Amino acid sequence: MTAAVAAAADEAGGGSPLRRLSTFLYLRPRFVLLLLLVPPLLWLGVIYLGSLFALLLQSFFYIDEFTGQVVHEVTLRTFGELFTAANLSVIWRTAGMAALVTAACATIAFPIAYYMVRYAGIRTKALFYLAIMLPLWSSYLVRVYAWKLLLAKEGVITWVMEQLHLAWVLDGILQIPMIGGPSLSASYIGTFLVFVYIWLPYMILPIEAALERVPRSMIEASADLGAHPGSTLRHVILPLAIPGIAAGSIFTFSLTLGDYIIPQIIGNSRPFIGMAVYLHQGTAGNIPLAAAFAVVPIAIMAIYLTLAKRFGAFDAL
Amino acid sequence: MSTANSIAIRFSGVSRHFGEVRAVDDVSFDIADGEFFAMLGPSGSGKTTCLRLIAGFEQPTDGAILLHGKSMVGVPPYERDVNTVFQDYALFPHMSVGENVAYGLMIRRVPRAERTRRAVEMLEMVALSGMAGRKPGQLSGGQRQRVALARALINQPSVLLLDEPLGALDLKLREQMQVELKAIQRRVGITFIYVTHDQGEALGMSDRIAVFNKGRIEQIGTPAEIYERPSSAFVAGFVGISNILDGPVAQAIAGSPAAFSIRPEKIRMQSPGADVPADCFSAAGRIDSLLYLGASTRYHVALAAGGELTVIEQNRDAPDLGDVPQQGLPVRLVWQRRQIQPIGPGR
Repeated sequence: MTAAVAAAADEAGGGSPLRRLSTFLYLRPRFVLLLLLVPPLLWLGVIYLGSLFALLLQSFFYIDEFTGQVVHEVTLRTFGELFTAANLSVIWRTAGMAALVTAACATIAFPIAYYMVRYAGIRTKALFYLAIMLPLWSSYLVRVYAWKLLLAKEGVITWVMEQLHLAWVLDGILQIPMIGGPSLSASYIGTFLVFVYIWLPYMILPIEAALERVPRSMIEASADLGAHPGSTLRHVILPLAIPGIAAGSIFTFSLTLGDYIIPQIIGNSRPFIGMAVYLHQGTAGNIPLAAAFAVVPIAIMAIYLTLAKRFGAFDAL
Repeated sequence: MSTANSIAIRFSGVSRHFGEVRAVDDVSFDIADGEFFAMLGPSGSGKTTCLRLIAGFEQPTDGAILLHGKSMVGVPPYERDVNTVFQDYALFPHMSVGENVAYGLMIRRVPRAERTRRAVEMLEMVALSGMAGRKPGQLSGGQRQRVALARALINQPSVLLLDEPLGALDLKLREQMQVELKAIQRRVGITFIYVTHDQGEALGMSDRIAVFNKGRIEQIGTPAEIYERPSSAFVAGFVGISNILDGPVAQAIAGSPAAFSIRPEKIRMQSPGADVPADCFSAAGRIDSLLYLGASTRYHVALAAGGELTVIEQNRDAPDLGDVPQQGLPVRLVWQRRQIQPIGPGR
């Protein structure tokens, strides 16, 4: 029936070839959909996911300790290696850092996003967008090195603290075991600060988008029904912002889990997961262990999202 | 209405300016306890701002607002004994219908069991029994409207504010909800303040109507007063169909150039040679166009003296299809002298 209509229209439709092509396509929406979807699906399926699965497959092989050759035999012993004390500490260190960075990003991003949505005029809002996006226009490496200059022993922050006669505060902070160190740029504090700086935009934008969908009348309705601003925040605004916070935390959490440059440049050079992957696939040639390490962030994210869903983070979507 | 404690809301000299814009400009009125009070006007006339001033979402630039004799200046919405039904309903999408309705009680730390019980009662009252477990997203527009009403009434406010609550509903549902709203108001005995731009709603439901125009009140009165005795050309035109004659046309017909209005249904359309009783005015004219509406027909008649009048005739008799007045037919319009309403000069 449709084909007959289409054929009739083809015969009837004269005009330029382009026009006839338009008519041909207009009458066959499914065909157009197919044309649009096949290339991206091929890309996503074969190149994008395919290479990921090829990598994950490697994690089920193991390396022969004598020859240093990869043995192509399906086994879980490489995963077992993740549970050695040294490797576990890498995982805990990275996951802990990712969690702290995510929490800090969310804490800083929420008020900024809230201000942008509720109070900023069009101009101020544009200015905020610019300020948030601007850092992303310059090289990530350059920005990390810039932070090294700020945080170094001879750097700007130390100098400012000395001028203010507050050097003792800085020294006190650096004395704190675990997170302290010889200087900010050689401590976990430094790593943390730079991670928060680098990933903050990825938290602000989703929260802003989520808050944008909360109409003013909903906040007024809450006040109207007797809720103080604090209660309104707790019962209405936060629950509705949570999908945005969840989306932002996926970015900040997984990006921190996978990063290997920041902890290498700034910090006490104890390895993070990304650095472990980098080391094992490079000099050590232990592709299976590198692949097994790569599975860790995926597993952590899967658990994280399952928990988030269980606690209703996406109910407001 | 004269004693202070029976006045629910008093506005005295209230203004609300947004920069240069005078959204509400020196408005004063009283609303009695238990009254169904409509604020009627076109968009931008200040009626919604007045409602928001009562709710506490806006603070007056000038003047005083009293709620049961207590000044509301500087009192935030969450400390006012007033609840609102919002135009977009503003239901919380992450809560169930039951949680939405019980929100005000939850905020007031009413125990969960009582909260649930009262929410169920409220939902029963608005004919939504058994819907407590659903999410607002699963309801139709009319059902959401009822949830918003139940949520606002559960706190038993002394005044309920309704901001064009039926605006988003289709005609049939709107008419049904008008009847239900009126019945609910009678049952709960709470003062209802109802903002609308729909004159039909205002006339049908309210005890009194305030007609707003450009931030001021043009007229306050019962629906019949507003309709039959409009005090200005604006009211005559906004409520009902505008039929205003003035100047030479008024002189020719009524013997005075002063403007007057006459409602279309008060006019009878007769043949040109018909007798005119002594207590009637009359005007000759010709049918310019007509609109057949089923129950009635609306004629636009061009007058011989100049100007135009709209006439509504009920189609009461069985149709004699060959004998329907047609375009171009000469007619004589007749109406009783006492039916005209003098119109003061408009602002």
